[in-house]
Amino acid sequence: MGEQGYGGPGHHSDAVEHAGVEDSGTYAIDNPGLPPHRPRLADEDPRAAKKAERQVAFLFLLSILGTILFFVGYFVIGQVGPDTAAETLRLQNMLLGLGTAFAMLGIGVGIVHWAKTLMPDHEMVEQRHEVRTEADRADAQGIIEDILEESQIKRRPLLRNTLIGAVALAPLPAIAIFRDLDDTDNRSDLAAENFGVERFRHTMWDEGVRLVRDPSGTPIKASDVTIGSAFHVIPEGLNELQYGKLNEKAKAVVLLMRLDPDKLEVSEGREDWNVDGIVAYSKICTHVGCPVALYEQHTHHLLCPCHQSTFDVTREAKVVFGPASHALPQLPITVNEEGFLVARSDFQEPVGPVYWERG
Amino acid sequence: MKALAQNRRHPFAGVVLLVLGLLLTGGMYALASTMNQAQAATSGTSYSAQDISEGEKLFNANCATCHGFDAVGTEDGPTLVGVGAASVDFQVGTGRMPMQMQGPQAQKKPAQFNDEQTAQLSAYVASLGAGPAVPEDEYLDTDHEDVNIARGGELFRVNCAMCHNAAAAGGALTRGKFAPGLADVSEKHIYEAMATGPQNMPVFSDANLTPEDKRDVIAFLKTIEANPSPGGAALGSLGPVSEGLFIWTAGLGILIGFMVWLTSRSS
Amino acid sequence: MSTTTEYSAATRTGRISNFVDTRMGVSPMVKEFGRKIFPDHWSFMFGEVALYSFVILLLSGTFLTFFFDPSMAHTTYEGSYKPLYGLEMSVAYASSLDISFDIRGGLFMRQVHHWAALLFVAAMSVHMLRVFFTGAFRRPRELNWVVGCLLLLAGLAAGFTGYSLPDDVLSGNGLRIIDGILKAIPVVGSYISMFLFGGEFPGYAVIGRLYVLHILIVPAAILLLIVVHLFMVVVHKHTQYPGPGRTNDNVVGYPVGPVYAAKAGGFFFIVFGVISLLAGFFTINAIWNYGPYDPSPVQAGTQPDWYIGWFDGALRLMPGVLGDFSFKWDIPFPWGVNSIPLGVLLPMIPVGILMVGMIVWPWIERWVTRDDREHHLLDRPRNAPFRTAAGVAGIIFYCVMWAAASSDLIATHFHMSLNDVLYILRFLYFAGPIIGFIVTRRICLALQRKDREIALHGREAGVIEMTPAGEFRERHEHLSDYELYRLVGFENRRPVPAQPGKDGKVSGLEKQRAKLNKWFYEERVEPVTRDELTAARAHGHHDAVEADHGAHGIDR
Repeated sequence: MGEQGYGGPGHHSDAVEHAGVEDSGTYAIDNPGLPPHRPRLADEDPRAAKKAERQVAFLFLLSILGTILFFVGYFVIGQVGPDTAAETLRLQNMLLGLGTAFAMLGIGVGIVHWAKTLMPDHEMVEQRHEVRTEADRADAQGIIEDILEESQIKRRPLLRNTLIGAVALAPLPAIAIFRDLDDTDNRSDLAAENFGVERFRHTMWDEGVRLVRDPSGTPIKASDVTIGSAFHVIPEGLNELQYGKLNEKAKAVVLLMRLDPDKLEVSEGREDWNVDGIVAYSKICTHVGCPVALYEQHTHHLLCPCHQSTFDVTREAKVVFGPASHALPQLPITVNEEGFLVARSDFQEPVGPVYWERG
Repeated sequence: MKALAQNRRHPFAGVVLLVLGLLLTGGMYALASTMNQAQAATSGTSYSAQDISEGEKLFNANCATCHGFDAVGTEDGPTLVGVGAASVDFQVGTGRMPMQMQGPQAQKKPAQFNDEQTAQLSAYVASLGAGPAVPEDEYLDTDHEDVNIARGGELFRVNCAMCHNAAAAGGALTRGKFAPGLADVSEKHIYEAMATGPQNMPVFSDANLTPEDKRDVIAFLKTIEANPSPGGAALGSLGPVSEGLFIWTAGLGILIGFMVWLTSRSS
Repeated sequence: MSTTTEYSAATRTGRISNFVDTRMGVSPMVKEFGRKIFPDHWSFMFGEVALYSFVILLLSGTFLTFFFDPSMAHTTYEGSYKPLYGLEMSVAYASSLDISFDIRGGLFMRQVHHWAALLFVAAMSVHMLRVFFTGAFRRPRELNWVVGCLLLLAGLAAGFTGYSLPDDVLSGNGLRIIDGILKAIPVVGSYISMFLFGGEFPGYAVIGRLYVLHILIVPAAILLLIVVHLFMVVVHKHTQYPGPGRTNDNVVGYPVGPVYAAKAGGFFFIVFGVISLLAGFFTINAIWNYGPYDPSPVQAGTQPDWYIGWFDGALRLMPGVLGDFSFKWDIPFPWGVNSIPLGVLLPMIPVGILMVGMIVWPWIERWVTRDDREHHLLDRPRNAPFRTAAGVAGIIFYCVMWAAASSDLIATHFHMSLNDVLYILRFLYFAGPIIGFIVTRRICLALQRKDREIALHGREAGVIEMTPAGEFRERHEHLSDYELYRLVGFENRRPVPAQPGKDGKVSGLEKQRAKLNKWFYEERVEPVTRDELTAARAHGHHDAVEADHGAHGIDR
């Protein structure tokens, strides 16, 4: 095992310290050129080549089987419909997937195996050329200059400037024509009193509109709302809307909760917005508009599942965590003579995300 | 079987196997506990004085440390007067109570009391003040002729999915709390959870979701639990995150394997 | 026309090609492409995966268009999926359910389409990383890098427009988030939102409009960009890794016909097969779980597809209030108060910087390094430590945002507090890229030193020998020239100090450039030089002669 050793004591081979100077661009050794070609088994042994051929053929046959398997899934399991069990649908999906996978992989793996084992594997060298030669570039430049000269555009600034003006203006109609992507303002069948962004300020809530359950539309009595409850609420009449139901719902959804009235911090002007600790807040997050629907009955936190904005219901839905930057709007509510919860008015500020005109 | 063999060496095979294993044990556990509870429910709807006094003994020995004698509550645990039998049956029956330690929320674990003891505890707490009772079998019967699964699904999406996920796979709440997955929870415990609002879950009283509504929700949950995803393995029903993770690991992993093979020299 | 005798082919193939050629004049193309050389390396194939995924997307997407109806009109579902039977929903959602449950193979095609979409963007991303880390974007390929970036953005657009089409609760809430982001744009935001949705959110128009974008405009743009991209690949010829026989002036590899064509063609079927396997065995986008879109419900785990995740994560990371300071900025103007939600807009700025930075990186690097030569040989990432480190920093920055998009799932799966997850990610958002940069640069330099060691002293053979003097040492095996060339055949890049401009003065900008340049290159490991190698060889040769171990090293 080489006991004679690698030189004497202290004869170490560490030469890193004396890093020498060298001309940049030349490497420590010259490019040795392509390594010699190493023949494959199939290049030398006809039996190996034959074996590879059989393997490829087997893979192609496997592909054929895959195609057949697809048809088994498609025709033997047959048409799916109301009586199809989930398991059957799953089985069909699996057979279609497995069949296609075999059909495709059989072909793909087969061809690649063929290329790898039987087709020539000598690496070849091709020379690169400059993208375009200098001479070409000079010619092209000359041609462009001639064209510009013959067009006289440089000599006649009046033509140039008026053309620039015309070309700059001409596309404007192509932009303006998209104005009616939002055509709701022109339609008489829609609520006409609110145009443009004014619509963002108004919802279906109004004085006396009953709070009803989402989705059933049944009204809610104050006594139904026990402490710790959370009701998902829509305005009465929403379900009966023929047109624009989802638009209205997107602004009007409300979460109704009852807390111990002593826990509520009520600011000035909002004293009569709750009913014995029953409070209603817009469910639309003030961040980017997801429904803030996760109510924790002991911490009294509302959490948005989209971006984790957290609001504290005891402090008028103030933001305590997450990306939202202002509190959820509160819906002022009261009880009517029959004991049903009703709105006192619309929201006092726009619901949902902040927009430029919001203020 | 062919499919199974194909994917045996799949980079995700371990995970899939693990998930399958968990689902299987979960399913068997659910089956076992459902059978137990079915027996309990038949015997435990009306409580005898004997049950109450036995329950009191159990309570004083196991629960009073935190909830106080006569369940009036202490700093460590709330009062249980008026929480009802359903609450006790849920908390004790799912092993959440007695709690192992204080934490963001009580965790599900193997039940510490048998069905009889649970019923006795429920009887005792119910005797302290009126509250939601253990549900009648009628409202747990998901094969009932009036059951409407689609309506249950709608109610689930409006009232429950934001915390528990659309496929009831569970989700996160604030500060370490979470809404558990509902896949292996018995009908009775789902009902009781809705009725009593355990931990931070809001209460869905009968005035909010009627017993029939609750039954529809339960029937919906049991339907999606019983039926496998038609598209194949559900990847935890967690939506785009697990799908994205899967394409980056398994999808690209398999393809890189093919790529390396394809560009390597044949021997 | 000509009366001279025409060329007549002797073989059957020849006759067919002659027929085609005399009508279409394709022989120059065959001459150009038939034996064109493509280098072979596994990392060069990600682009092909993306291309093939796109072809599969076109095929499966065409199938889906025959059955999908993008109408947002209300209908009552009467299809086969019982848990949704009788519910009111949009026609778009109902037709998506029909594709899944009532059309044979429809579910399979939906899943093929969606898995292929995820793979398409993933493969493009990895392909871009490969190009970045190997420096393949350098002259003459800068413009093709830009085309690639545009392809990635077009891929995101295609994915996003497609994600929203089924009109389920998940994608509907995704659209709602888009609505919120659009409204955040100062001055014109509200109008952009109303133009997109045809009035207020959700309206009746948006699915149809996204559908047109998804099946017409965006794929057409992608197709066009792919054509330009591939055309430029042909013009430039492919890059190659440095190695024996490979120079900046040649391409070494396999000819298109037959080897490369067979491998690349076969690979299409492999990609198709793998996607089919995924689609057959793994559910993707279980729209039937989510229910029809309704503005009221939402589900835990509301996330976009992975490639939109980082936008979503950026939104999650941003705090909306700090103490009593709110990021809602109300500006009092003479005509009233206008609002800007900085909580939404600020996190979009770094996202934009990352995207623009990605596109203009070739010019940044060219300016800083003053390297305007043509590069056809790739860098090994370790030999460009600054670039590699900068790339890793970018990846970490991206991944922090990406992880933030699944903060809730991280919290539940690792039993952490959701809030803590976000606090940690907020920290990593700032610190992660810096740490990543430093660590990666150190790793690159260490790997370069290791290369030097091996080049000079050979590879550790794992054999311990004792010298007669009693010293233990490990035997080293010399490398062959082919192996050695891989380790030493790279350029030694040095800082370029500030250069005077035309007026003979060093401008301030030039000084900045020189500073950056120093930062690029000051820490580096010099490649092995001839002298060092000769010196090391002298020792080694001496050893070898003395110990008669000539067989270990190739005698030079």
